[in-house]
Amino acid sequence: MIAVENLTKYYGTLPAIQGVSFRVEKGEILGFLGPNGAGKTTTMRILTGFMPATSGTATVAGYDVFKDSLEVRKRIGYLPENVPIYNDMEVSAYLNFVTEVKGVPKKLRKEKIQQVIKNCGLESVSNRMIKNLSKGYRQRVGLAQALVNDPEVLILDEPTMGLDPKQITEIRHLIKELATEKTIILSSHILPEVSMICQRVVIINQGKVVAEDTTENLTSRSQTSRRILLQVDGPSEVVLKILREVNGVNRVQRKDQVTGNIFNYEVEASKDRDVRRDLAHAIVQSGNGLLELRPVEVSLEDVFVKLVTEEEG
Amino acid sequence: MRNIFYLFKKELRSYFYSPIAYVVLFIFLVITGYFFSAIVTFYSMISFQAMQQPAAAANLNITEGVVNPLFSNMAVIILLMMPILTMRLFSEEKRLGTFELLMTYPIRDIEVVLGKFLACVTVFAIMLALSLVYPILIAWVGRPDIKPFISAYLGIFLMGSAFISLGILISTLTENQIIAAVASFGVLIIFWVIGFSAENTGPTLGSVLRHLSIIEHFQNFAKGIVDTKDLIYYLNFTLFFLFLTLRSLESNKWRG
Ligand SMILES: Nc1ncnc2c1ncn2[C@@H]1O[C@H](COP(=O)(O)OP(=O)(O)OP(=O)(O)O)[C@@H](O)[C@H]1O
Ligand SMILES: [Mg+2]
Repeated sequence: MIAVENLTKYYGTLPAIQGVSFRVEKGEILGFLGPNGAGKTTTMRILTGFMPATSGTATVAGYDVFKDSLEVRKRIGYLPENVPIYNDMEVSAYLNFVTEVKGVPKKLRKEKIQQVIKNCGLESVSNRMIKNLSKGYRQRVGLAQALVNDPEVLILDEPTMGLDPKQITEIRHLIKELATEKTIILSSHILPEVSMICQRVVIINQGKVVAEDTTENLTSRSQTSRRILLQVDGPSEVVLKILREVNGVNRVQRKDQVTGNIFNYEVEASKDRDVRRDLAHAIVQSGNGLLELRPVEVSLEDVFVKLVTEEEG
Repeated sequence: MRNIFYLFKKELRSYFYSPIAYVVLFIFLVITGYFFSAIVTFYSMISFQAMQQPAAAANLNITEGVVNPLFSNMAVIILLMMPILTMRLFSEEKRLGTFELLMTYPIRDIEVVLGKFLACVTVFAIMLALSLVYPILIAWVGRPDIKPFISAYLGIFLMGSAFISLGILISTLTENQIIAAVASFGVLIIFWVIGFSAENTGPTLGSVLRHLSIIEHFQNFAKGIVDTKDLIYYLNFTLFFLFLTLRSLESNKWRG
């Protein structure tokens, strides 16, 4: 649905993005992840036809974003990052204007507006002036204007920025629901968000793609060993010795003390071997108390930080 | 083409949501009202003297005595006010970032430009329409020839539209409304006074300068003469600056 190839954009002599390539299939949600200034907004602006790339190509639904800009713009809904919407209009009048310029047939307008007002939870503010709305409601109006003509493709630049936790969950839910019929690109620096909503992630740093994969693959790929956390009640010297003797364990580390004889331990074991059963067995056999045993998940956050710092190093 | 109308509607609505349109309308009416009463008072005084000395009455006519001075003054007020109406058209959208969103809707640049231009011209036309009370007052009191009023209104409408097209171009060049207004004002003044130096230059250059001068072409209208040469000048001026506005929007994209 969206194909980006070797996209490069210079602002003056400063490269904002360099050789960015990725694809998004129909019905997929792609997370576009990167720290501040990575080039997320720049890429999205090129995709929406707001500005041309210095070199490289991008197509949406088979149309070139620069040459067939009008065809592309008919098919996308865009939410820019700081939600630039007209302050001096009422919400419903604004949405009506958007349906007009997006070419929604006259007899469908009312229905579409009502639907989007309901979906974005705007019923209570539909007659208010936009300038009097709270940040969260502004954000919803921004999302509503992107959605109102049912576009095939959604390009959302940090759609949950500035929302309270409850609204964040609601908007994420809404985006996920939409994904069944739409193709979505969503940028964010919030990692849990991306891992929650998106099937695939493109990580971009300093204008270059540093990783592109499914969320699961990304987390497992950067995992070279399996880490397990244990909490054991018993003399720590003894416990350490027992743990080290278990087959497959590479390293054991005593972490923080909980109380008295209770300590946390971190065990590193080889990736291809599940040692949890053996660890539990060994501790229980020795007569010490096993209070907790759980694998430590490598989060997308760790992957992100690792990739970004590797790139810089 | 329908998009022009949608943008026109939105733009006109925001003119009347903000106080700008009301302030400009009000001040315009007050000042033209003042000029009107001063000019008419003077004219009736002269007419009264002419009644006593029939010889002087031959020089008396309403075009020279009322229409010309009234509309020449009106032209100056319009020169001062059009930049206030045009300054926000693109500058504000750029500053607020709404320009970005507007440009990603499936509309053509030309539709945006024409929608905004027509909205501004409409506010201006409303201004002129309200000022019609003054000629109507004259028509009610006496029985003057209304043809010079019609030509003067046509002239001032064309001239104002030309001012607007230039103001729109300048508002695409900056995010700052004040700069847009001051720069438009400055450029308009240059087009206004360019004919003044015609006397000091050679005959060819002088006539070129006089031809370029935006007020020179208004003189005929204010005298009750509609010359196609003047009509064409204002239409060309307007189209040229609307065209430059389109170009400016395009080059904006490349500048990023
Ligand atoms: N209009 C501009 N003129 C010059 N440089 C710009 C412009 N817009 C962005 N940049 C630069 O391009 C780089 C990429 O910016 P971009 O806005 O795409 O980053 P981003 O990933 O969206 O960041 P953030 O997470 O902060 O929104 C930055 O170094 C930025 O300073
Ligand atoms: Mg950004």
